[in-house]
Amino acid sequence: MSATEITTATRNASAVAPRGAKPKNPFAPRNIMLYGTLIIFSIYYLLPLYVMLVTSLKGMAEIRVGNVFSPPVEITFQPWVKAWSEACTGINCDGLSRGFWNSVRILIPSLILSVSVAALTGYVLACWRFKGSEIFFGILLLGAFIPYQVLLYPLVIILRELGLFGSLWGLVLVHTVFAMPINVLLFRNYFVALPEELFKAARVDGAGFWGIFFRIVVPMSLPIFVVSGIIQVTGIWNDFLFGVVYTRPENYPMTVQLNNIVNSVQGVKEYNVNMAATLLTGLVPLVVYFFSGRLFVRGIAAGAVKG
Amino acid sequence: MTHSIEIKELKLSFGAVTVLEDLNLQVGQGEFLVLLGSSGCGKSTLLNCIAGLLDITDGEIHIQGRNVTWEEPSQRGIGMVFQSYALYPQMTVEGNLTFGLKNARVPKDEIAKRIARAAEVLQIEPLLKRKPGALSGGQRQRVAIGRALVRDVDVFLFDEPLSNLDAKLRADLRVEIKRLHQTLKNTMIYVTHDQVEAMTLADRIAIMKGGQIMQLAPPSEIYNRPVNKYVAGFIGSPAMNFMEGQLDSTAQRFDTGRGLDFSVQGYEFASAPTSGPVWLGLRPEHIQSGRWAEGQPVQLEALVDMVEPMGSDTQVWAKVNGQDLRFRMDGQEAVAIGDRMPIGFDPARLSLFDKTTEKRL
Ligand SMILES: Nc1ncnc2c1ncn2[C@@H]1O[C@H](COP(=O)(O)OP(=O)(O)OP(=O)(O)O)[C@@H](O)[C@H]1O
Ligand SMILES: [Mg+2]
Repeated sequence: MSATEITTATRNASAVAPRGAKPKNPFAPRNIMLYGTLIIFSIYYLLPLYVMLVTSLKGMAEIRVGNVFSPPVEITFQPWVKAWSEACTGINCDGLSRGFWNSVRILIPSLILSVSVAALTGYVLACWRFKGSEIFFGILLLGAFIPYQVLLYPLVIILRELGLFGSLWGLVLVHTVFAMPINVLLFRNYFVALPEELFKAARVDGAGFWGIFFRIVVPMSLPIFVVSGIIQVTGIWNDFLFGVVYTRPENYPMTVQLNNIVNSVQGVKEYNVNMAATLLTGLVPLVVYFFSGRLFVRGIAAGAVKG
Repeated sequence: MTHSIEIKELKLSFGAVTVLEDLNLQVGQGEFLVLLGSSGCGKSTLLNCIAGLLDITDGEIHIQGRNVTWEEPSQRGIGMVFQSYALYPQMTVEGNLTFGLKNARVPKDEIAKRIARAAEVLQIEPLLKRKPGALSGGQRQRVAIGRALVRDVDVFLFDEPLSNLDAKLRADLRVEIKRLHQTLKNTMIYVTHDQVEAMTLADRIAIMKGGQIMQLAPPSEIYNRPVNKYVAGFIGSPAMNFMEGQLDSTAQRFDTGRGLDFSVQGYEFASAPTSGPVWLGLRPEHIQSGRWAEGQPVQLEALVDMVEPMGSDTQVWAKVNGQDLRFRMDGQEAVAIGDRMPIGFDPARLSLFDKTTEKRL
């Protein structure tokens, strides 16, 4: 046996010789803190959801006698059906469905309009600077800090003068305007980070304002469109205030309809129907998050890295 | 139409900052002009003005005899290659090449013809269906050159096209660009701060400093007869030796005043010889040492301070009568710190600059 072989042999014999990946301690204080916090917060958010879900699947009799945390003994979908199509507000008794379709009719144009206007504004502010464009951007950002309540009534007057008050399009306009500060900020910062030489190259190649936007900028910016889209979908869908203020009862969005169902005082409080109605209302943002959460995170991260 | 590009009294300011002022430049047909200068001297700015990517403050720009001062970049008959390649990431190589042509509504068969030709010249045929992300740096730059090529223009503008590449690739592509120029015979303006690129590629070099062109001349003239001290110090590696001193009344002898004086007989004055305080410039590679110093018109003795062997040659830092001097010697010669050795040079290869104006005498 040569000297080198002996040393190798001894090294193999002693398992503690540091070599390869460093062993990890799963119960390090850092891990306990991290996972402890995560678990506590998950419970904090998931418990109410759980209660809502089980309650919505119970009959009224079961709710009256049982514990809120206990799972349903006899599962019934009756509350969901009722919440969707039969629950009564003070005015009518066709459930949430009316509000749902109203919300859809508000959401789609508002989403398209707000995202495209914000993207275009961000594009101009990032790539086609003009005299005073920075000041313009500053003023726009200031808009994010003005409380909605201050603007509520002046906007009523403006919409009335425009003849849009009470209509869906009035509300669409309001959503678009209020979406501007945050979404323009998102788009502008994303576009600013795109390499400047690309614009120069595109200009040499004869692409104009729209050509550069649609052929170069938009295809490179999918993540930020997704981020902006998600912010808008949830924001518009969850909106209550603008819906109440700027539309008439026949156009009320789902949130307002939900409120009216839950708060209508006729007979007994049907907790199961209320829970089902609430879950139904929250379903759209929930689904959006489930399907695009990953893109959302990627977009936010990309924006952060590129600064 | 003698000039391919003519720039008259160009001025460009960003707000209060004036980057280019009263700049005049003429580039001949088929000429390869290199803009060389340190960082921030306005090379890219000048190129962007020519391309029309910056709105100029004052002056005129003519390309192929046409006043294009107010025209869009795409209408100026130029193609441009950028340092960061600036390929459109979501398009294939072919899409990148055809983008400009489609914008210009060039007919389909014509597009195909030009793509085929560019792809052949640049040897990028196998890459046409790939996205830029799947290409190496050298391939990307080739595609970027191709994008300028298919535009079928008279003038190519390059903004440091090779500075993102590693040394070997840079040398390869440099040769390719030179070959391309010989084949196409287009006018090319090429920005770089690499001396070697400038010297090897250029028909003429424009040395820029602070937004002004210091000297515009063929490489050999820039090297041998720099018009001022800045150009002299900028060109050449290792840099020129400078000595402060006095020319005597006959303008025949140079004296540092600190124990070193020698004759400069044989120096060709640019104008009438003048005496007075001067800077004397001497290139390290023009100093002969050891036995090669014999027979040189000026002979001195050097005390070796430091030695940098580079293989092919050795750089020596030495003191000559209290004056620091750097020179090169054959890499095979033995030399050690503390050695004394004879050195010599020919005054015809010197450069003399006025002490105050720093202009060549
Ligand atoms: N948008 C701008 N606003 C203000 N000053 C600018 C702007 N762009 C460039 N400058 C200034 O103009 C000068 C010239 O810049 P330019 O980019 O032309 O330099 P360059 O010679 O290309 O340098 P480099 O070799 O580093 O690329 C610099 O001092 C720079 O700070
Ligand atoms: Mg530059």
